[in-house]
Amino acid sequence: MSAEKDTTAPKSNAVRPPSFWRRFGLQLGIWSVGVVMWLAFVALAPSAFMHKGIYLAFASTTPIFALMAIPLTLVVITGEIDLSFPSIMALSTCAFSEAAQSGLSIWLSLVIGLALGFLCGLINGYLVTKFNLPSLVITIGTQFLFLGIDLAWTNGSGVDLTPAKYNTINKILVGRTFGGVANQFWWAVLVTILLWFLLNRTRFGSHVFLTGDNKISAQLMGVNIKRIKIFTFAILGACAALAGMIGSFEVSFFWPTMGGGLLLNSVAAVFLGGTSVFGGTGSVVGTFVGAFIIGAINAGIVAAGVNAFYTQIFFGLVIIVSVIMQAIISKRIKK
Amino acid sequence: MSSQTPVIQLKNVSKTFGEVRSLSDVSLEIYPGEIVGLLGDNGAGKSTLVKTIMGFHEPDAGGEIWFKGEKITDWSVAKARALGIETIYQERALCEQQPIWRNMFMGREVTKKFGLLDVKGMRAEASRLMSEHMGFTSTAVHPDNTVQTMSGGEKQGVAITRALYFDAELVILDEPTVGLSLSETKKTLDFIQSIKSSGRSAIFIDHNIFHIYPAVDRMIVLDRGKVAGIYNKSEITMDELIESMYRVARTGNLKEQK
Repeated sequence: MSAEKDTTAPKSNAVRPPSFWRRFGLQLGIWSVGVVMWLAFVALAPSAFMHKGIYLAFASTTPIFALMAIPLTLVVITGEIDLSFPSIMALSTCAFSEAAQSGLSIWLSLVIGLALGFLCGLINGYLVTKFNLPSLVITIGTQFLFLGIDLAWTNGSGVDLTPAKYNTINKILVGRTFGGVANQFWWAVLVTILLWFLLNRTRFGSHVFLTGDNKISAQLMGVNIKRIKIFTFAILGACAALAGMIGSFEVSFFWPTMGGGLLLNSVAAVFLGGTSVFGGTGSVVGTFVGAFIIGAINAGIVAAGVNAFYTQIFFGLVIIVSVIMQAIISKRIKK
Repeated sequence: MSSQTPVIQLKNVSKTFGEVRSLSDVSLEIYPGEIVGLLGDNGAGKSTLVKTIMGFHEPDAGGEIWFKGEKITDWSVAKARALGIETIYQERALCEQQPIWRNMFMGREVTKKFGLLDVKGMRAEASRLMSEHMGFTSTAVHPDNTVQTMSGGEKQGVAITRALYFDAELVILDEPTVGLSLSETKKTLDFIQSIKSSGRSAIFIDHNIFHIYPAVDRMIVLDRGKVAGIYNKSEITMDELIESMYRVARTGNLKEQK
């Protein structure tokens, strides 16, 4: 193959960059799914979709799982998966509210919650890399474990988050700014920007891509793939803790069973966003868009006046069509 | 030559995988400015030896690796590369879905202030290296292209340029000519000579004695994990070498038994 290549002289000596389509085709595909869907909703339910109310609603509900989908992207790029983050969300928010209940300062409790989320992620990463276990299996285990600890700790009862001492943190996490946009939307934007930088502009991020692309090559070139994987899990854990606190303050109550139902939304957002199931490629911006597409399907179907029972059908179709479209685009790009 | 300090020296290095002993009591040294050929049949332990020198495999207890007269502990790939050992692996060690610049700087990324990657600088540098050292003019080759779009020879070019860029004291080439065209093979052999002329050292592994013999100063023959013989080129002709290689493969002895 290479011999043939050598004998056929290149037609021109110009060194051209990869075409725009080659570089951004996949991302364009995702954005276009979002735009087409939005136009469909506008056509079906102009009264709902021409008013800002529904967008403000998206901005308050979607970030709760988007905040986990965005860091999950990093885990998936390394070629792993985490199914335990909804349980980490519940357990670390449990630690936060129990600590605050016991009289510790709110800020210290916040740090404890985030640290516990980070620690749970470290445990996931450690188990996966130390024993070389499939993350799919080990995080099913830790998912039960973390949720179990949370339920046993709280005895199944929640914590009221309405007292005045929570007012400041409530404002910061879930207050409304700029004409009613929920702060969790800005948190999701901030996490996306930070993780974009981490992934695309740091050595750690480079190693995340290399680990997922070909772990043997990466190791032969001196990349510590275990450390990289452990930290991607840990970052997801900390973000799950943040998402848990935001989700709880949004309703001013901590439910020990929170997080149920968010797993598949987050995973779907990652794959809808163009991150490869096989690792090595992916985009946090894509995941951000993917999360809002998923959030919009949920709310949009109802607003459009379609029977809510049809939501799942629409949901399924969008995901299947998008993923097939991505497979076709990726194949074209490789050629 | 022996008065000099070796660039790298292995003392009684063994490597066991489970029940299999891939290397046993290997001792060798490579001196500055010398090209050493590493010969041996399939399964002789050549690749294991390379990966042990590179810190990818940890040698069994008792084995020592010395770099420029200093015993190295906590050997790792990152450390080996930081000290100036680069390897061009048989399997290329590239990440195919990543752009060329990321492959070129894999594991040794260039950073600016606050630990941020100098992506622009790495792109420009990759581009310069590709046109200066690899003579690439193909339209397929731009630093932002992913490696999967390149031909076998171009991929090898990336691996070679990568080793070249970091000014390694010791370059290890593990079967670098496999799958290459004639002109690409010649380019690779020229590259090996350029290592020597710049006063650096190389270990050259190849199945093809006709590639090895003209290029090297010394030859080390490995057989079943052991050093079966070390020859200066002046001591042995190519025919004798081939003859003794056959004998090793058959009997495990280099010299004729009398």
